[in-house]
Amino acid sequence: MGMLFSLFMVAALIVVAYAGVAVVNMQNLFGVVIPYAAIAIFLAGVILKVLKWSRSPVPFHIPTTCGQQKSLPWIKHSSTDNPQTTGGVIMRMALEIFLFRSLFRNIKSEVTDGRATYGSDKLLWLGGLAFHLTFFTVLIRHLRFFAEPVPAMINTIDALDGFMQIGVPHLLMSGVILVAAAAYLLWRRVGISQVKYISLAADYFPLFLIISIGLTGIIMRYFAKVDIVSVKKMTMGLVSLNPVVLSGVGSIFYIHMFLISVLLIYFPFSKLMHMGGVFLSPTRNLSNNSREKRHVNPWDYPVKVHTYEQYEDEFREKMKEAGIPVEKE
Amino acid sequence: MKIKSLLLDEKPTVLKKWFDLILDTYPSETSDFLKRQDNNPADPVSQIIHAGIEGLYDGLIHGIDSDTMHAQLDSIVRVRAIQDFTASEAINFIFHLKKLIRAELEQDIREQDLYEELLAIESDIDGMINMAFDIYMACREKIYELKANEMRNWTYRAVKHSKAYREVKADR
Amino acid sequence: MENEQKPEELANIDFNPPETGWMDTPPEFKKGIFCYGSRPSYLEAVGFPNAREWKPTDEDWKLPDNWKEIVLEGMKERLEKYRSFKIFMDICVRCGACADKCHFYIGSGDPKNMPVLRAELIRSVYRRYFTTAGKMFGKLAGARDLTEDVIKEWWYYFYQCTECRRCSVFCPYGIDQAEITMVGREILNLLGTQTDWIGGPVANCYQKGNHLGLEPHAITSNIEYLCDDIEEITGITVEPSFNRKGAEILFVTPSGDLFGDPGTYTAMGYLMLLHELGLDYTWSTYASEGGNFGFFTSMDMAKRLNYKIYAEAKRLGVKWILGGECGHMWRVLNQYMDTWNGPADFLEEPVSPITGTKFENAKSTKMVHITEFTADLIKHNKLQFDKSRNDHLNITFHDSCNTARGMGIFEEPRYIIRNTCNNFFEMSDDETREKTFCCGSGSGLNAGENMELRMRGGMPRGHAVKKVQEKYGVNMLANICAIDRAVLPPLMDYWAPGVDVCGTHELLANALIMKGEIKRTQDLRLEDLPGVEDDDDDEENNEEGEE
Repeated sequence: MGMLFSLFMVAALIVVAYAGVAVVNMQNLFGVVIPYAAIAIFLAGVILKVLKWSRSPVPFHIPTTCGQQKSLPWIKHSSTDNPQTTGGVIMRMALEIFLFRSLFRNIKSEVTDGRATYGSDKLLWLGGLAFHLTFFTVLIRHLRFFAEPVPAMINTIDALDGFMQIGVPHLLMSGVILVAAAAYLLWRRVGISQVKYISLAADYFPLFLIISIGLTGIIMRYFAKVDIVSVKKMTMGLVSLNPVVLSGVGSIFYIHMFLISVLLIYFPFSKLMHMGGVFLSPTRNLSNNSREKRHVNPWDYPVKVHTYEQYEDEFREKMKEAGIPVEKE
Repeated sequence: MKIKSLLLDEKPTVLKKWFDLILDTYPSETSDFLKRQDNNPADPVSQIIHAGIEGLYDGLIHGIDSDTMHAQLDSIVRVRAIQDFTASEAINFIFHLKKLIRAELEQDIREQDLYEELLAIESDIDGMINMAFDIYMACREKIYELKANEMRNWTYRAVKHSKAYREVKADR
Repeated sequence: MENEQKPEELANIDFNPPETGWMDTPPEFKKGIFCYGSRPSYLEAVGFPNAREWKPTDEDWKLPDNWKEIVLEGMKERLEKYRSFKIFMDICVRCGACADKCHFYIGSGDPKNMPVLRAELIRSVYRRYFTTAGKMFGKLAGARDLTEDVIKEWWYYFYQCTECRRCSVFCPYGIDQAEITMVGREILNLLGTQTDWIGGPVANCYQKGNHLGLEPHAITSNIEYLCDDIEEITGITVEPSFNRKGAEILFVTPSGDLFGDPGTYTAMGYLMLLHELGLDYTWSTYASEGGNFGFFTSMDMAKRLNYKIYAEAKRLGVKWILGGECGHMWRVLNQYMDTWNGPADFLEEPVSPITGTKFENAKSTKMVHITEFTADLIKHNKLQFDKSRNDHLNITFHDSCNTARGMGIFEEPRYIIRNTCNNFFEMSDDETREKTFCCGSGSGLNAGENMELRMRGGMPRGHAVKKVQEKYGVNMLANICAIDRAVLPPLMDYWAPGVDVCGTHELLANALIMKGEIKRTQDLRLEDLPGVEDDDDDEENNEEGEE
């Protein structure tokens, strides 16, 4: 149900954008107002969310330790999987954020001789990494629409991305891999029963949305080629706070823009915030040094305890009989 | 035996149906959930069942020594003995096999008059049922033994540490 | 209740997925899976609310009238107090990496035992009452109303989680079901739905100093029994002291080690080692519990129980604290104690009086794990061993969840085993160290009435041991956890019969050559040492060998 609903929602969004531009000519709304609103909501939403998270303190020191602790000097310590220092934590976080260290550990069960055994399973890691890396690359590539002159670095990325030199314009691998990886992630939600069972509309919706964004982008670049000069004028207009709407830019561009706007608006209110959350996760971003350095709980308060005096008062006779020293004879 | 080659031909069909029937014995939510995993289950319990019934089925066709049969049955029954089943539910998966074979091979058996061979196969399956029941009972007895042991140890230790017990020790 | 299938029903099976998702499937309480509800006196002893007679199978749980308000307020408060809880409610993408990592899921196939879904049980309520999308779109946004059935479902499944953190190792964001279970149980505790098996030890520990409710004289006499056995085995008289002021070191270990086999053999191991070193140390009858069942109820309760360790160290005027082999005890000591009840500025930074080694990693809590202490001794050649006394044992090592994933103490116990035993075999990497499987009975689930659950949850561990038993002839499962020593024997009995269970200090003491000891013919279990059998047996063996 969640999947069909999400598919329907994304389809409806596409229809809305198409109708809005091609039928009722609201280029201004879809080309200027909504993108500005989306960026504002995105920025404000993300900042507010992170602020909200950081308002909740970290009362206890709870890293999940995934390697040997630092104890005796001659025992080899696992400095990134169980960091003891801030440097180690930075390394751990970097590995987690850029290389998905934890997903890399993934294993799946098999049965040998009637007993469960485990084997490495890197598919999710590979799919996830491909998805996020190419998403990031595509994002960087798009900066060419928001900068004049185009920074050399972006041209280099483009060149690398299109190194296979297939077709004209050159096929950029990142876009293709992005859509393929998103399709794989979608397939997992349908094809693997456990994942299907836990999936909500909120899991399908962003996937359909991103796939649609990728596909409209690919269509614009290779098939229904849009007037790239006008597009750039429009995007530069947006970024220079001097927006223009030019005719001759096809509706496909507006659909692309609108879907991106929806993604931006949706982002702060959804699980997509995992992008920010991963940095704040207390099981990953703390070092395992809680015996070395005291961690302070900001909301700590006194609790009722059972004191030694109460204990001795209750058991004094028994203690004396058993030869245990007491405070009061 | 003719029927064995038929069983070999029908192996994928029978195993698939058998597996589904077994999963169907789980509580509705779990069962529906497990069943959706088809022939390539991701969780060990289904995998163990899948591997176990395949072993038993092959054993039926190619012959199987009792130790191997015991091991195959044990891998399934030991798990089912701790999974919310009554005794009959825990082992009735083997009865399913009889029913499935009759249903799947019905036409061949009738046309080729293989009733005697069918009876021989069914008597092999009866042997499995006997063994499965023994394993199930051993598992349940073990569970109750473990429960009783914990209770006994607990009581014994509690008594041992009571005042009364101490006095007896002191007198000794 | 029982689902008996008629033969004719078997033929027509509906292969369609269920119409209803997990939200609309209330749990069915199965015998053998849940623990009994706590008797009121346990709750009253520590001031927990809503003490009353109740059974989990009752239709009416006698919740307070304003239970819903209590739960939602409780959630709100904890969302504001714990960043972990707040973030874990928001950022899960349901990738499913954790799904098949839970030992209870592996053993039961019940989808609600997948960590992600166990978390969704509470996340769905969070969305409904604390997020805009959930308030607006309800079920479509993965939100659902809070009902009594939901409370029962939480209870059923949060007590099918041992807070082992294995899911957290595999989660790309480190989402830790243990944190969510802990908050869930804390909220359930506000409604008085404690289990008897947790409630009892908590009440005992609060008033008497230890989970088992051993009174001071029982503790001393218990340890004296152990000393009698040590004397019988080694000829050496061990005389530990209790509540002694001015001792250099306070020794704290889980009370389970004083009470039940095979934990008692580990306790004998401590006694022998510390005697052999001539260490100036004392036991305490007041702080006679290293473990902390309060940790399975609420943070406040855990802090209240943990208070005694520092309080007693201060009263006795010791320099630092040595802690025995225990799992959740060390999670608490390593990650919580200093925060709760520190700073321990009345103690000194721990230094081994034997080797002079400074335990830099414990310089704030001033509490050292005994395997750290002992590994250091062995490294400095301070102990002599006759490893052959452990030759009849083929040992494998079970990493306990808490010391593995809440501390990372992997090499120290292995170092002790390798130096005291000749036959040591590892289980596979995917089943040990940070990926270790739980015993299935942690976090207060080691009751008797839920034995089926324990056997299910322990299945992956059981299978792993069975594999090394078949491959290497393993017959001893070593560990550094008192709960393990209590619950792994029955687990092995079910899944890998013939494998016994011990602590590392039992192995150590068995091999330890003590000054002035008699020739040992018995191990710590008072069983004959196979290496020193009488001559007849040797001859028989020789004859067999010649043939």
